[in-house]
Amino acid sequence: MWIYEKKLQYPAKVGRANLRMAKYLITQYGGPDGELAASMRYLTQRYTMPTGQAKAILTDIGTEELAHLEIIATLVYKLMDRATVGEIEAAGLGAYYADHDKALYLVNGEGVPWTAAYIQSKGDPVADLHEDMAAEEKARATYEWLINLSDDPDLNDTLKFLRQREIVHFQRFGEALQIVQEYMDSKRIY
Amino acid sequence: MNRDQVAALKELMAQEFTALEFHLYLDTHPTDQRALMEYNEACRQLMVLKQRYQQCFGPLTFCETSGYPWQWIEEPWPWQISY
Repeated sequence: MWIYEKKLQYPAKVGRANLRMAKYLITQYGGPDGELAASMRYLTQRYTMPTGQAKAILTDIGTEELAHLEIIATLVYKLMDRATVGEIEAAGLGAYYADHDKALYLVNGEGVPWTAAYIQSKGDPVADLHEDMAAEEKARATYEWLINLSDDPDLNDTLKFLRQREIVHFQRFGEALQIVQEYMDSKRIY
Repeated sequence: MNRDQVAALKELMAQEFTALEFHLYLDTHPTDQRALMEYNEACRQLMVLKQRYQQCFGPLTFCETSGYPWQWIEEPWPWQISY
């Protein structure tokens, strides 16, 4: 089960309303390398992990990704807050506005809705953990491209925190992979 | 939300992050006794901060006692706060 805490994991700050960055940032909400995909990937794969360590790390990182999803939502919400319809249209978000007003929705930067096809759950723990490590690196790269696109130091502070978490998760998944491989080798009898 | 509450909330967030980092590390290093001690200490400090915060500002999570009227619905929610 899960229990909500009425707080963010990290203070999500924006220096000013910025629809251009909102348009780019939404991909970390509902895009291929975004936080929902990360959370669902790990929380779905955990059931067939062979060791306690791997079950724990997928559960805990999958849960942390939900906290990151909330940070991204907060950033997008704040970046769009108080924008006029004219400003929304000028930023290329007119089609988004027609469907959602300023509400959050699970899409990538081009408006494509989230799909389970972004993730895999192979049942092979070595294959799944390799996917998870790649996913963390792709998310890290996405945050770097977003930081390159942004000139808002407050927003960048939050994005740098999220980028750093991807690096820590990659490290933990690598350790879990090694533990799982050692476990599987110890089970193999010739 | 006044400055004192934002400062208390940020202190709590930082302490919980410390505990989380040890938690994830221990998942793959379960026999690291020093990390385990630091984790336990971080959790003890977090519990103190959480209790103090909730006494002053209301419940942060499920099953915390509430004053009257029901405090859970009080704003701001996390995405409405200027940090």
